[in-house]
Amino acid sequence: MADNFDVVELEHGKGVHGRDELAIQIVGYILIGLFALVCLIPFYLIIIASFTDESSLIQNGYPLWMKIKDFSVQSYQLCIKNPVSILMAYGNTIGVTAVGTFLAVLLAAMTGYVLSRKDFPWRNQISFFFFFTTLFNGGVVPWYILCVRYLHMKNSYLGLILPLMFSVWNMIIAKTFMNGIPQAITESAKIDGANDMVIFAKLILPLSKPLIATLSLFSALAYWNDWYNCMLYVTEEKMFNLQYYLQRMLGSAEAMRIVAEKSGMALPSVPLESMKMAMTVIATGPIVLLYPFVQRYFVKGLTIGAVKG
Amino acid sequence: MSEKVKSERKEKRREASFAKTVRRHWMLLAMLAPAVLYVIVFSYVPMSGIILAFKRYQYNGGIYFSPWCGLDNFKALLIAGKLGQVTRNTLLYNIAFIVLGVVFEMGSAILLNELHNKYFKKISQSLMFLPYFISWVVAGAVMYNIFNYERGVVNSILVSLGAQPFDLYNTPAAWPFVLIFLKIWKQSGYGSVVYLAAITGLDQEMFEAASIDGASAWQKIRYITIPSLVPTMMIMVLLSIGNIFRGDFGLFYQTVRSSALLQPATDIIDTYVFRLLITNSDIGVSAATGLYQSVLCFITITVCNKLVKKLDPDYALY
Repeated sequence: MADNFDVVELEHGKGVHGRDELAIQIVGYILIGLFALVCLIPFYLIIIASFTDESSLIQNGYPLWMKIKDFSVQSYQLCIKNPVSILMAYGNTIGVTAVGTFLAVLLAAMTGYVLSRKDFPWRNQISFFFFFTTLFNGGVVPWYILCVRYLHMKNSYLGLILPLMFSVWNMIIAKTFMNGIPQAITESAKIDGANDMVIFAKLILPLSKPLIATLSLFSALAYWNDWYNCMLYVTEEKMFNLQYYLQRMLGSAEAMRIVAEKSGMALPSVPLESMKMAMTVIATGPIVLLYPFVQRYFVKGLTIGAVKG
Repeated sequence: MSEKVKSERKEKRREASFAKTVRRHWMLLAMLAPAVLYVIVFSYVPMSGIILAFKRYQYNGGIYFSPWCGLDNFKALLIAGKLGQVTRNTLLYNIAFIVLGVVFEMGSAILLNELHNKYFKKISQSLMFLPYFISWVVAGAVMYNIFNYERGVVNSILVSLGAQPFDLYNTPAAWPFVLIFLKIWKQSGYGSVVYLAAITGLDQEMFEAASIDGASAWQKIRYITIPSLVPTMMIMVLLSIGNIFRGDFGLFYQTVRSSALLQPATDIIDTYVFRLLITNSDIGVSAATGLYQSVLCFITITVCNKLVKKLDPDYALY
């Protein structure tokens, strides 16, 4: 994205011409600056709250800025001292994200490739077969009953992986991208005797790196941030993922029980309020740290598949 | 007689060519199989499950062998008297999300494009994109941090100023603003990137020509940039209108939690269905509500698409 900005810059020239251009600049810097600040402040508030002493939190509420005398790492210490359930939740999230993303990308790319093949006779009918599911669906109730009663996904990792494994939109992005790869590549490889699977794996996938990067990001984000399926399908604590674990921590009574049980501390002395914020930081950290590196792929990805049926 | 033979032959030939095509493309079909199977299991089979709306669900009978009960579930749904309220809430919230979403996303994309300072642009764009990357659970934690009655930042400030603390969780009227704000906060970064990509993809010669003709910066925005963004906007809006009766469950569930007091202002179809299904285990009525929602969605998207197709086929979804 940043590379493209240069073009615009050149066109504008460096100076500011005219009165209304000046006005647009001023309004632009103020509004965009405000917007960016509003997006940043909540993260700032949560981080400083997580480093604030519990007694200060109880007395003064969540702080607006860091006070040196209230600085405390007690909440993190507690998280580190009894890391089993947090590590388990991390493990579940990372494992499910890795497996799920791999399968989701493979499925979307493979399906998208077949449907982009001009010589495949039923591609329009099958495309519509997929697209129709975005127009009409049976609703959450039959889906839930099917998953729980007939597929036995309760307290199974399948319940965390399967629901997010295939998205018609990702498939359409893949199809759109692969429409742009010349059919001649497939055709000449066919003449050389390669079969479709080999063509896909050896020729098409290496040409689709931007697509794979984008789909991986979309899927990984969906898996990492998933709490819904965990809430529906998982009741065993050792299978909770990070987001659902955090969701339960935020409900006070539940958090109290978890922390007191794990730390052996007397209930009133548990630093509950700062723990909640520390858990939020721990659950969000990796995404936010990774974010500056993946952002440009994300932006690129948005432009490769003009989402259209 | 000969007619019959002819048509039989034709039939046979068609079968033969079908078998031949299958044989020729068996590997492509095999590559399609996992996704087709997935969609059958997780989309088409649940579609057949809409019959649950007309059944009295029994555990032993499951979806297909529970006894029929006619329209009892729908009657119960009407008697519960919530349907109008949740439908209205879903619709109004989504309209607000769509309209304000377009304004904020397009506006910030246009402004970002106009700004000269590269670093400012880069940093602010990154910051605006940040909320998109967090889950609704974390957004719920943000809400807790800011609006919690005893300890929230807002009340810390109010109390330190000597004002009365504000109890958001007892003030249904404030919730539309909070929810709309949160939604815009979380999605605008993403949306503005889509529009910004569309702007950078525009032919720069148009702008140069306009400059030479003496167009001001505002005129260029008004007469070139905004009209050029209409196709992108149409697609984004059409996609959201198709789901106008489907609420953002995460937003409403993680921020409102299960507060009965706030329900008149915050209950949407999705949270209502969820409550019926999980809390009340009222499978028949929740399935009926779900069917009602699916039908509404289907009608909206079909009608919308037809209209758009008539106006300008290029913008139609299918």
